Amino acid sequence: MEFNVNSPILFVLAGIIIAVVLAQSVYFLIKAWRRGKAIGMAPEKLKRIAVTAAVFTIAPAVAIVISVITLAKDLGVALPWLRLSVVGSLSYETIAASNALSAMGLTFGQVKDMTAQQYITIAWVMTISIMVGIWLVPVIGKKLQNGMISMENRDKKWGEIFSNAMFIGMISAFVGYVFCDFGTVFSGNTAGLIPPLVMAVSAFVMLLCGLAVKVIKKSWISDYALPISLIAGMASAIPITAWLG
Amino acid sequence: MKKNMSYMDSVHRDGRIWNLSVMVILFLFPVTVGIIYSAMPDWHGLLMGVIATAPMYWAVGIVETITYVPMLGAGGSYLSFVTGNISNLKMPAALNALEQADVNIRSEEGEIVSTIAIAVSSIVTTLIIIVGVILITPLTPILDAPVLEPAFAQLLPALFGGLGVVFVSKNWKIAVAPVILMLILFIAVPALNAGTVGIMVPVGVLFTLGVSRIMYKKHLLD
Repeated sequence: MEFNVNSPILFVLAGIIIAVVLAQSVYFLIKAWRRGKAIGMAPEKLKRIAVTAAVFTIAPAVAIVISVITLAKDLGVALPWLRLSVVGSLSYETIAASNALSAMGLTFGQVKDMTAQQYITIAWVMTISIMVGIWLVPVIGKKLQNGMISMENRDKKWGEIFSNAMFIGMISAFVGYVFCDFGTVFSGNTAGLIPPLVMAVSAFVMLLCGLAVKVIKKSWISDYALPISLIAGMASAIPITAWLG
Repeated sequence: MKKNMSYMDSVHRDGRIWNLSVMVILFLFPVTVGIIYSAMPDWHGLLMGVIATAPMYWAVGIVETITYVPMLGAGGSYLSFVTGNISNLKMPAALNALEQADVNIRSEEGEIVSTIAIAVSSIVTTLIIIVGVILITPLTPILDAPVLEPAFAQLLPALFGGLGVVFVSKNWKIAVAPVILMLILFIAVPALNAGTVGIMVPVGVLFTLGVSRIMYKKHLLD
């Protein structure tokens, strides 16, 4: 059979694997939902959590579709569809594909009529090189969770501070990242101001949402505050980039 | 309590079965394509490609697992480490849901809330990508339009602006030191950028835990 990066059989294979991954999410959703109801959580509360998560996911998921489009130019649609539906990212897949191709004496982005051998070599490198968390969580997840629970049982207040400190630690790294090009401003490149300004717009909109909840007492605003601030920040990036970029 | 543990135990049991099964299935893609097209991988390319790619991502993967599992809960962790996009999608979805429901991740309610948020987020992401793949021809000129490029390029600042202001304002005492440290590091060290932010997450987490512990012991968080 003659190989083509967009051959229908590749879509069938990727589709089957993605269906299994989708089934896992559906399985865990049903399991958690049932348990929630069994311990007395209101179905409306569970529904609100689900709807908020769904709405919040739309914009980042569209960004993943854009990554699929970007990679599809060189790898066809099926492989990027599979890789970006499981653990992976645009930068990781590009690095993995580039490393695999350069080891075969080729350059990513310049391969015309990719052979089946080149294609599966790339797919192997992509699959192997990020395969850690998927087996490590089954190995150490339970021990880690139980350790955390026993720490919480020993000292409840410290347990709460511990959780907040972990979240703050993660957020602080991303706040730092937003300013990573800030130093270029001192050499006259104003583009380094774009991410901090976008972050400021998003934070400001979040504060406005918080104010709106208090003033007009509509709780749905707080449910959608994160997606609203996310979209507002992303939308503001267009004029801010035109101005400073 | 025993009932709580048995639910958690069943989450771990099911999670192990699912994750290890999906891991095997993921390998079936290159294997099956090879069988269908009677092609073997280029062994030299495969070996050198893995050597060039894997060490850094394996190291990051180990550190990410240890860092994120306590924050995502059990069910959320099993799902997140299969479906990916943890820091830009699953973690914010879980954090937002926990905040919305006002529950702690280590309570059973917190475990359920986090799992529902991450499962829904995974399902919606998968479905949106499927729609994107089906409609790739008409969608490409729209999503690839230069006018939209800055919006998607600034997704992370737009996400962490909204998320950050909520958590930093609620926990400002423990947030001051790590935010200042990260600002100094990211502004002063050119090697720290989009590619290395993942490595800095555990650094930020460990530093914040250390500072919080000292403040807690000195009764500064009472």
